[in-house]
Amino acid sequence: MKLAKRAPKSSKKRGKKARHVKVSLNGSIFEADVEPRLLLVDLIRDVAGLTGTHVGCDTSNCGACTVLVDGQSVKSCSMFAVQVNGSKVQTIEGLAEDGDLHPMQSAFWENHGLQCGFCTPGMIIQASWLLKQNPNPTDDQIRAGISGNLCRCTGYVNIVKSIKAAAKEMRR
Amino acid sequence: MTCREFEYFAPASVGQCTALLKTYGSRAKILAGGMSLIPVMKLRLGAPAYLIDINGISGLDYIRETRDSLRIGALTRHHALETSSLVRRKEPLLAETAAWIGDPQVRNRGTIGGALVHADPSGDWGATILAMRGEMKLRGPARERVIAADNFFVDTFTSAAKGNELLVEVRIPVPRRRSGGSYMKLERKSGDFATVGVATQISLDEEGVCDYAGIGLTAVGMTNIRAKGAEAALLGKVPTDSTIEDAAEAASEDASPMSDPLRGSVEYKKAMTKVFTRRGLQLAVKRAKGVA
Repeated sequence: MKLAKRAPKSSKKRGKKARHVKVSLNGSIFEADVEPRLLLVDLIRDVAGLTGTHVGCDTSNCGACTVLVDGQSVKSCSMFAVQVNGSKVQTIEGLAEDGDLHPMQSAFWENHGLQCGFCTPGMIIQASWLLKQNPNPTDDQIRAGISGNLCRCTGYVNIVKSIKAAAKEMRR
Repeated sequence: MTCREFEYFAPASVGQCTALLKTYGSRAKILAGGMSLIPVMKLRLGAPAYLIDINGISGLDYIRETRDSLRIGALTRHHALETSSLVRRKEPLLAETAAWIGDPQVRNRGTIGGALVHADPSGDWGATILAMRGEMKLRGPARERVIAADNFFVDTFTSAAKGNELLVEVRIPVPRRRSGGSYMKLERKSGDFATVGVATQISLDEEGVCDYAGIGLTAVGMTNIRAKGAEAALLGKVPTDSTIEDAAEAASEDASPMSDPLRGSVEYKKAMTKVFTRRGLQLAVKRAKGVA
């Protein structure tokens, strides 16, 4: 707080100075001029208009904002948009192909892997990352793998069931 | 939540980074994984005027083997250390420690260098680096220096890295034969900061006598601390149940936790330090003997 006050001559310019960001967002090029302090999740939701990625806790606990950056799952509330310049970002909107649900989405549908649905986009993204690391996880490995995603409906049993079903389907 | 405004730099080399540090000094912060720094900025507990993002510097993300150590680039993610077959073979305690940090998404992004310089006494790496006698290589504007773990953790959220220095590498000696270690952590819930964490690393000679003991503690002091009393209780002795009990008791005396409403009283934390040191040493001894 003090630091910002001590540098008045450039503080205005500093914040307003937009940075150009160019990302591959779900396979399409997306470009914007953003403030350096803009969070990745705000770029996705407010600038790109993709509201499937949710903001839950906004303190990197709940995982609702999970997206893939260059294939790695991250909490998009805890990265700045400028950091993904030149990267590939995948959100829940990018999972289905030509209107066909991704096997993880189908498995959540078929196994009732959601109740209110708020955590679901993050859960599905994280679960799809998990299966890339380990295509045949045990229940314990699934639970560890989604330990950064909170479901406040506590619907974990069906979430684990859904991920198991998706893993089975994707191994076929 | 929105951070205060800052000016953003993304240097492409260590040299560019240290030049920026020289210019902006303590008004700048290095952004590595950001898993602590970004929440700190969002909660406005901190407001650096200049942010230097080192993620674009190539050549800081590596795990290399030398004759007697592993050298780990400061930008190496926790997930890489958790899953590296080289680490699991040579220094399994590192992989075990990494797996306890935060959650999978945090480990995908967070870095060993960032965590160490952040110097959170509740950080898991500090205990393990102390137990394994790691060293940190710092690059300043003019020169490099290497600091032993014992001298690295200065105070809460304060490492020995100066405002114009960048941590570039962590060096960790490879344990000798008949060695074993463990990281044990008590947490209220999955992914929480430790109530207490204990890193143990021991070696046995041919007669089964302990000739190396490293014990580091998490969250029971103003910094990660080395449990020197516990180490002394093991050295030169066969680690029987009663020796381990003595060492565990000594570890709880080495600990100087603070009472806090979330994770418990001083007495509780000291008692848990003892329990987790005992369990950790039991497992480390089994591993050193090759029976676990």
